Amino acid sequence: MKHYIIPVWFFVGLLLAIYGVLICASGIMEYSEPAKTVLSELHAPVWWGGVLGLIGVVYCVAFRPKRHS
Amino acid sequence: MTTARVISLAPVDIAIIAIYFLAVLAIGFYLKRFAQSGEDFFLAGREMTAWVAGLAFLSANLGSLELLGWAGSAYQYGILAAHWYWIGAIPAMVFLGIVMMPFYYISKTHSVPGYLQLRYGNGASGLSAGSFALMTILMSGVNMYAMAVVMKVVLGWNIHFSIWVSSLTVGVYVVMGGLYSAIFNEVLQFFLIWFGALLIPVLGLMETGGWKGMVARIQANFPGQDFTHLWSTLGRHADNPMGMHWTGIVFGLGAVLSMGYWTTDFLVVQRVLSAKDMRSAKMAPILASFFKMAVPLIVILPGLLALAVLPDKLVPESAMQAGQHSYNEVLPLMLARYFGPGLLGLGVTALVAGFMAGMAGNVSAFATVWTYDLYRPYIRKTAPDAHYVAMGRWCTVIGLFISIGTAYLAMGFESIMDYVQALFSFFIAPLFGTVLLGMLWPRATKAGGFWGLLAGTGSSIAMFFAVKANPSFLSVIALSTEAKPLAEDMYRALWSCLFGVIVTVVVSLMTKPKPAKELEGLVYGCTIIPSEGKAGLLGRPIFWAGVSIALLIVIQIIFW
Repeated sequence: MKHYIIPVWFFVGLLLAIYGVLICASGIMEYSEPAKTVLSELHAPVWWGGVLGLIGVVYCVAFRPKRHS
Repeated sequence: MTTARVISLAPVDIAIIAIYFLAVLAIGFYLKRFAQSGEDFFLAGREMTAWVAGLAFLSANLGSLELLGWAGSAYQYGILAAHWYWIGAIPAMVFLGIVMMPFYYISKTHSVPGYLQLRYGNGASGLSAGSFALMTILMSGVNMYAMAVVMKVVLGWNIHFSIWVSSLTVGVYVVMGGLYSAIFNEVLQFFLIWFGALLIPVLGLMETGGWKGMVARIQANFPGQDFTHLWSTLGRHADNPMGMHWTGIVFGLGAVLSMGYWTTDFLVVQRVLSAKDMRSAKMAPILASFFKMAVPLIVILPGLLALAVLPDKLVPESAMQAGQHSYNEVLPLMLARYFGPGLLGLGVTALVAGFMAGMAGNVSAFATVWTYDLYRPYIRKTAPDAHYVAMGRWCTVIGLFISIGTAYLAMGFESIMDYVQALFSFFIAPLFGTVLLGMLWPRATKAGGFWGLLAGTGSSIAMFFAVKANPSFLSVIALSTEAKPLAEDMYRALWSCLFGVIVTVVVSLMTKPKPAKELEGLVYGCTIIPSEGKAGLLGRPIFWAGVSIALLIVIQIIFW
């Protein structure tokens, strides 16, 4: 390795974590104002956002940037 | 043609899209410091792991064009479209990893035309580089068009605004980080596409009551047509929606077109050339083959589900009336059906990311081929490395602008994939014959390579225009007047490759071959393949190649 580059997996994790939080939050808001979509009663944004957030956090922690001397 | 927009975005959706744009620009800015030399800018420093190279290899092909086009094709042709993911991809990816990658890798070439330069000299290399540069720019235009469709249908956004914002973003991050940026964003896009699209088949199958429920609904909506069998309807052209015979799939697609695309299209091969060592280079396409096998879940299955659940029938782009939607709009319509605020932003971001990664892939490959295979050999042979890097950066910008101009060409075709497959049959199928003979047959000569490639490409274009001028030629070229454009493409690819191979062989036998000494590192039988290093069974590319092929066979039997 010629130089240290932050792993691409860290960027993936960061983006998924942010998206997970945003999607899950908007899904929770749908309980008071349901979306006009097919199968909206399944509240997919809540659990799908949760899955995204969880995977994102795991990637962020596992591939966090190392201190480089 | 004006159509009502399918959905409106909520503030959270806009935020999700905006975050993606900021993220790719920030990554490009971060990677700029690493893209200093030619090897860094054009080959990402050759330091990528098998996983990163493999996912980038797959993602370079998994753009929004792929998502929209194949979902549309699945609606039009049914599960037959999955052949392009299975027999039309997996054997070729495995073949690339096991047989061809060692030659690309040890010859230290920057590109596929670069390999042809070493093997056949300037003639075949220049021809291949020229046709590749042209094809890449045309493909970029298709990506642009696919993007315009999403923006028009889903968001109701101004087409010009979305094209320019996305293109300029791609331009900025590729100019900054070169192939590093392109690869990082392709990996990012891979995850976004999977997480953005996987929920469609999950919810779709819940709505239809599983696979059987979906098939029953399709049969009710389209009585007498079979959209859900992979091989059993291919005995006669008239028995399936594609007008295809199994010989076209096996020989045209499996043996020629897919082999050509996955092993000689530099756009995808460039990603594997960035691998850090020989074993990673061999493993990358094999790892990618497993993901490729799963892609029909998020591309083909939504198309089939649309046949089952959408209330209105979709039509070809060319036959659209006011208020109707075209095949290419299947995926946006399915997004609108199931996704509310938040998820919609993710789905649209996945499409935008796919578009941008596709553009980035095309322009980075164009910049490499132009700089190393056209500019350096023909215009300025000796210059400092920094000059070629600067040229690569300029090419990226120029390539983007030309692509914008070609976007409108794609609109005249019935479906996006017809246009793409026509381009592949012109340039990629004949190239496969030339590269393969060059790697496997020491007797192939410089003149044979050049004339074979020229004859193959010329014959493919001639067949295309012959059918346009006189449709009755279809019965000769595609063996049936029932053949649809995709079926015609497969046969045209097969004949042009065979013709190119025959011309290469005949001309080679009439001309003087290169001495064996000059073929070392380029041709089987004249080359000692370097060791992959010690590894257990699970670390060996050949083991995973076998698993991949076995899995492919099982899938074919399941959906027979």
